[in-house]
Amino acid sequence: MGNIQVTGLGKAYRQYPTRWARLAEWVLPWAKPRHQLHWVLRDVSFQVKPGEAVGIVGINGAGKSTLLKMITGTTQPTAGHIQLEGQVAALLELGMGFHPEFSGRQNVFMAGQLLGMSIEDLNSLMPAIEAFAEIGEYMDQPVRTYSSGMQMRLAFSVATARRPDILIVDEALSVGDAYFQHKSFDRIREFRKAGTTLLIVSHDRQAIQSICDRALLLDHGRLALEGAPEEVMDFFSAMIAEREQSTIRQERLADNRIRTISGTGEASVAEVVLLNRDGKAIEIIETGVPVTLRVTVDINRDIERLVLGFMIKDRMGQAIYGINTHRIHRPLKNLKAGERAVFSYSFDANIGKGNYSVALSLSRLDSHLDMNYEWQDLALIFHVINTRKPDFVGCASLDAKLEIEHHPHAEGVATDAISH
Amino acid sequence: MHTALLHSLWHYRGFVLGSVQREFQTRYRNSLLGALWTIINPLAMIIVYTVIFSRLMQARLPGVYNDLAYGIYLCAGLLTWGLFAEIIGRSQSVFLEHATLLNKLSFPRICLPLVVVLNALLNFAIIFCLFLGFLLVTGNFPGWVVIAILPVLLIQIVFAVGLGIILGVLNVFFRDVGQMTGIVLQFWFWFTPIIYPPSILPESAAALLKWNPMVPLIQSYQGIFVQGAWPQWSALWPMTLISVLLCLFALSLFRKRSGEMVDEL
Repeated sequence: MGNIQVTGLGKAYRQYPTRWARLAEWVLPWAKPRHQLHWVLRDVSFQVKPGEAVGIVGINGAGKSTLLKMITGTTQPTAGHIQLEGQVAALLELGMGFHPEFSGRQNVFMAGQLLGMSIEDLNSLMPAIEAFAEIGEYMDQPVRTYSSGMQMRLAFSVATARRPDILIVDEALSVGDAYFQHKSFDRIREFRKAGTTLLIVSHDRQAIQSICDRALLLDHGRLALEGAPEEVMDFFSAMIAEREQSTIRQERLADNRIRTISGTGEASVAEVVLLNRDGKAIEIIETGVPVTLRVTVDINRDIERLVLGFMIKDRMGQAIYGINTHRIHRPLKNLKAGERAVFSYSFDANIGKGNYSVALSLSRLDSHLDMNYEWQDLALIFHVINTRKPDFVGCASLDAKLEIEHHPHAEGVATDAISH
Repeated sequence: MHTALLHSLWHYRGFVLGSVQREFQTRYRNSLLGALWTIINPLAMIIVYTVIFSRLMQARLPGVYNDLAYGIYLCAGLLTWGLFAEIIGRSQSVFLEHATLLNKLSFPRICLPLVVVLNALLNFAIIFCLFLGFLLVTGNFPGWVVIAILPVLLIQIVFAVGLGIILGVLNVFFRDVGQMTGIVLQFWFWFTPIIYPPSILPESAAALLKWNPMVPLIQSYQGIFVQGAWPQWSALWPMTLISVLLCLFALSLFRKRSGEMVDEL
C-alpha cells in the first residue's frame, strides 16, 4: 500500500489555430487532426515507495501542479501512466466545496463527501475534526463569518481526518498562522511515521529537507534531477540564481554528499579553511572556542563591487548563521582581474555538537540573485564536539545560567492554611 | 462499462443528495418565509394560468365545456415543459459553472448533471403536487389515469438528460452552444402546442408537428388531465427509442471528452 509508480508521464494541451478548427476536427470524419500539442510535461518517470517522502521542486510553470493533478486524477495524462496503490488524499486546494452561507459543520459534511467519505465516517470523525480545527463555537456559524485562517484550519482538518496511504501536498500549508502551520506539519509527520507515503511540492527548503527522503527537480516539464533533498535543493537554488550565462557544477565529496558550485565566474573561491587560535587549519572544533574562517578569492575579471557571504548550515541543510560583507558595509570595490583577496571572519563557535557545512557566495550585492559570481554549497565541512561544556541539546550554545530558589516544605504554614 | 459509473455515483450519493439539499436551502436562506416560498411561487403561477386565463379572459378549448379546462390544459403542458426546460437549461452550463471544482478535485463528474436533474425533479414534484391538489379541490381530478404520467415523465426525463449532457459537454468547447440553447428552447416551446391547441394551426404547420419529439409527450399530459384519457402508447414508442439512444450517446460523448473538458475549463 502507498506505492506511486509514474511511467513515461506526459501532458499536452491541444492548441487549435481557430475555434472552427476544433469543430471541423470533431465533425468531419475524414479531416486530419488540426491541433498542435503543447507539451507541459514530458517523459517523467519515478517511483515513490510505500512510506517514502518525496519532495518536488521547480520554478513556476515547470509542471509541478500538472504532475500532481494527474496523480490525483483531476486531469488525464496525454502519455504514459500512473499506478497508485492505496487510498489517496490530496491537499491541493483546501476549502473546495465550502459554501459561505452554510455552517462549518454542514460544510465539513459536504467537503468530506466530496473527498469520498461517507456520512457515517464523517459522523464518527466529526469530534476529531472539530477538536483539531480549534475554531470553537464558530463550527456552527456560517463559513462567511470565518477568517481565512479559520477556513484553512477547518479545511485541513477535514482533508486529513483519516490517515491516507498516500498524501499529496501542494504548498497549501504555507497558509494560516504559525501555530497552525506547526500543528498541520506535525500531523503530516505523524502520518509519515505511521507509514503514509508522502509527495510534497514546496519552495520551502526547510520543509523539503526536514521531511523528505528524496527530491525531484522539474524543469521545463522534464525531470531534471533526482536525488537527496540537500543536493537537489542546492542545485535548485543555484538554478534560480543562474538563469543565464553561467554554469552549475556538482562534485561528489568524500562522504558522498554533493557540492554544488555555480556562478558567472568573475570571481572564484581559491581556498577556504577554518583556523584555530594558533592559525592551524582544523576540521574538528570544540564548542565555544574562537575560530577564524579564511576565504581566499581570485578575481578573474574586472568587477566594480564584490561581496563575500558565508552561511553555516546544519546537517539537514538548515541555516544556523550567515552574514556577508555587504551587511557590515565592507564590500570591496573596483577590483582588477588577477587580484586576490583574503577574507577572515573570526567568531566564537557557539554552536552545538554535530556536523556543519559552510556555503559561500561571491556576489555584487546583498543577494546572490542579482549578480552571482560564484555560489558554493558545502564549501567546507566541520564537526563540532563538546567536551568542556555541559552536554546541551540543539545547535545554539546559549550558556544558560541557572539560579534556583528552593523553599523546603514549611509544615507549620501548611497546617495553618488547612485548619482555617 | 456503465456499472463502474453507477458504482461511483452510489459511492458519492452523499455528495449528490447533499448538493441537492444545499441548492434547495440556498434559495430560501435568509428569507423570512423560508421554505414557504417553494409553495407560494408555483401556487401563484397555477392561479394565474387557471383563474386569470380561464375565468377572466374566458379562453375556451374547442370541444370542452368546462370553465377551467383551458387552465388545466395550460398547466399540464407548462409544468412539464418547465421541467424539460430546467433540466436542459441547467445541464448545458453545469460544467462551466463548476469549472473550479472540476479543475481542482477528482470526483465522479457525472454527479454534477445528476444534481441538476434531481433538483429540477424536486421543484417539479412540489409544483406538481400543488397542481394535483388544485385539481382535487376544484373537482377536476382525472382519477386513476393520473398514474399514466409516470412512464411519460420517465421518457421525458431520459430525453432531457441525454440532450442536457450533450449540450453541457459541447458548451465547454463551443460556448455558442449555451447561447443557442436559450433561443432554440424558445422556438421549440412555441412550436409545441402548449399555450394553444394544435387545431388552430394551419395544415402546413400541423404537418410539421410530427417531427417535434416533444409533441407526443405534451399531448399525453394534456390528454390525461383535460380528457382523463390514457396516452396513446404507440405514439410514444419512437420517442422512447430516441430518448434511450440519445442518453447512451450522451454518456459515450461524456466519457470520451471528460478528460479534455478539464483541460478546456
